[in-house]
Amino acid sequence: MQYVDEFRDSRLIKKTIETIQQLADPTVHYRIMEVCGGHTFSIYRFGLHALIPSNVELIHGPGCPVCVLPMGRIDEGLRIAEDPKVILTAFGDMMRVPGQTDSPLVLKAKGRDIRMVYSPLDSLKLAKEHPKKEVVFFAIGFETTAPATALTLLKAQEWGIKNFSVFCNHVLILPAIRAILDSPDLRLDGFIGPGHVSTVIGCRPYAFVAQNYKKPIVISGFEPLDILESILRILRQLKEKKSEVENQYGRVVPWEGNRTALKLLERVFELRSYFEWRGLGFIAQSALKIKKEFSYWDAELRFGTQGITLTDPKAAQCGEVLKGVLKPYQCKLFGRSCNPEHPVGALMVSSEGACAAYFHHVYQKTEL
Amino acid sequence: MKLEQCIELAHGAGGKSSRRLIEQVILAECRNPLLEPLADAAIIEWDKTRYALTTDSYVVSPLAFPGGSIGELAVNGTVNDLAVSGAKPLVILSSWILEAGLSMEVFQREVKAMARAAKAASVIIAGGDTKVVEHGKGDGLYITTTGYGLVEPGVNLGPHRVEVGDKILLSGPIGDHGITVLLARGEIELEATLKTDSRPLWPMIEPMIRLEPSAIKWMRDPTRGGLASVLNELAHDIGFGVMIEEELIPIRQEVRGACEILGLDPLHIASEGQFVAVVDQKKAVDFQKLLNDIPGGEEARIIGVISDKPSGKVVTLSAYGGSRMVDMLVGDPLPRIC
Repeated sequence: MQYVDEFRDSRLIKKTIETIQQLADPTVHYRIMEVCGGHTFSIYRFGLHALIPSNVELIHGPGCPVCVLPMGRIDEGLRIAEDPKVILTAFGDMMRVPGQTDSPLVLKAKGRDIRMVYSPLDSLKLAKEHPKKEVVFFAIGFETTAPATALTLLKAQEWGIKNFSVFCNHVLILPAIRAILDSPDLRLDGFIGPGHVSTVIGCRPYAFVAQNYKKPIVISGFEPLDILESILRILRQLKEKKSEVENQYGRVVPWEGNRTALKLLERVFELRSYFEWRGLGFIAQSALKIKKEFSYWDAELRFGTQGITLTDPKAAQCGEVLKGVLKPYQCKLFGRSCNPEHPVGALMVSSEGACAAYFHHVYQKTEL
Repeated sequence: MKLEQCIELAHGAGGKSSRRLIEQVILAECRNPLLEPLADAAIIEWDKTRYALTTDSYVVSPLAFPGGSIGELAVNGTVNDLAVSGAKPLVILSSWILEAGLSMEVFQREVKAMARAAKAASVIIAGGDTKVVEHGKGDGLYITTTGYGLVEPGVNLGPHRVEVGDKILLSGPIGDHGITVLLARGEIELEATLKTDSRPLWPMIEPMIRLEPSAIKWMRDPTRGGLASVLNELAHDIGFGVMIEEELIPIRQEVRGACEILGLDPLHIASEGQFVAVVDQKKAVDFQKLLNDIPGGEEARIIGVISDKPSGKVVTLSAYGGSRMVDMLVGDPLPRIC
């Protein structure tokens, strides 16, 4: 399969690993964060963590939209779905995320109309097909999915679709990276930069990581060779005492980003003054809000959300895992009361969550 | 693990939840030596003859999809549960639950499909039942079929026979059925030239039994929950490790592509015309060659081996030295497929 097989070529993978072994100074313990949950998934899916030298430690970052969504927001969304008039639509990953009592899937089993969609535009189609229902799209994701939500809102306006609204939970990656860099309990040497987000925002916005914080960041693709090459490039920068933004994923990510998508975001959304992140707490200007012009389609206004804040179950150490302070298996609940079937914390839900990725794919704890 | 409060779709997906439902509710109440192995078919011995008995319900949506439909699936799925139990399928009973308002044309079409599939699988439909439920209380139609077959002499299958070093043989490419049905639902705007692999398996399994029945130790068809789920059940039952080489598993480009795009693991996707067998290592290559010469078995391959570790787990190895554990399907990412 083109664009897949080339990047899983065993010979090249072996060669890249050899180069990494040569570059990594055995006396140094490197801590590299992969920001994006897609990378976390690939690392475990392909067993990459076990192939690189043990002194090159990969820390799993906050780039899994399901994982960073606080429980209060989930409950707000589920409360909307309690209304028998409502059809709540969400991406598949959202379906099993636990709120305080139920997950969307459990609520669906109890008879609420909750449906999985692959595109927010499908929700608009549903609204047209069910004129007597209220279709609400539970929007989550970083800059990757936000443009599609923006487009959907524009279409709703253009087509005059009244029985549709968006429960907006879109967040931004840069404030999260900054929060992590400012976090006192974390020492990082470099970043594997997010691939999908960067197709929208480009590489330029990461300059502060390299210039202000002096950390190398390499925007990376998701195949084994992509990730290994990015690790290699980070190690090379460290060896040469450089800190630059590099684009390993040039086949997809334009340096300047996707102007059309960025314009869409600007047209439809504005910054929230602050937003709660699971594990990271409240971060200023880190999330998107629907602009006044489109407020008719804002589910928060239509259904009157209450701003519920819920703390995670005390024993769950999602925050520590999210910041890379703990490994998934070091959490007291990991694999016991918290497992992919009955996730306590959100990191166990999405396949891109560090805990679920680890639970599903790693069979020996010692491999990390 | 604790049971859920209500029945969820995941309980029907063939993964961990299904297993729990069966073990903690059904087995707990109905325990007996015939049920206990939780095999594809119950084997009943009477007067030195072994009979295999199995039943299966079909709730697939949509009713028809490229390459097949529910009527055909209801025959093949059930005769295949007999075939992987080492039994020649003989007789089928079929029960239909019809929703008022279902077009007569569709009903006739599905009965025809069932008759055609029965003929192809050399079984007769010896009886059945029809019930009608109110409009809105069914999904067009559901079918339950019960199959009855004769276990071939010399066949002895079960997890207790599996030993370290035995080889794992797969009859052909996996995931065709699951992806075909997923795309046929039209909810995802993807198109592929793919059709269901639904077919009777006895024509492939019978020659293997003729060659050497005792060298076949365990067999399953990877339907709901896919190859990952049946291999996990195997690993769980034998207490050994199941090592498979990812590059050796035949998967069509279309299935791989759809899985890449949708974020699914092909190992979790259902097939309706494949089986996986654990065979004696000395006979493995002979079995593979035998299958390769049968039409439809050209892509049969040895995909792995039984190892002593990691106990109870399924692990895939890649050519560059990476490894990962393959878990059972959790939840239900897919619409109903069989």
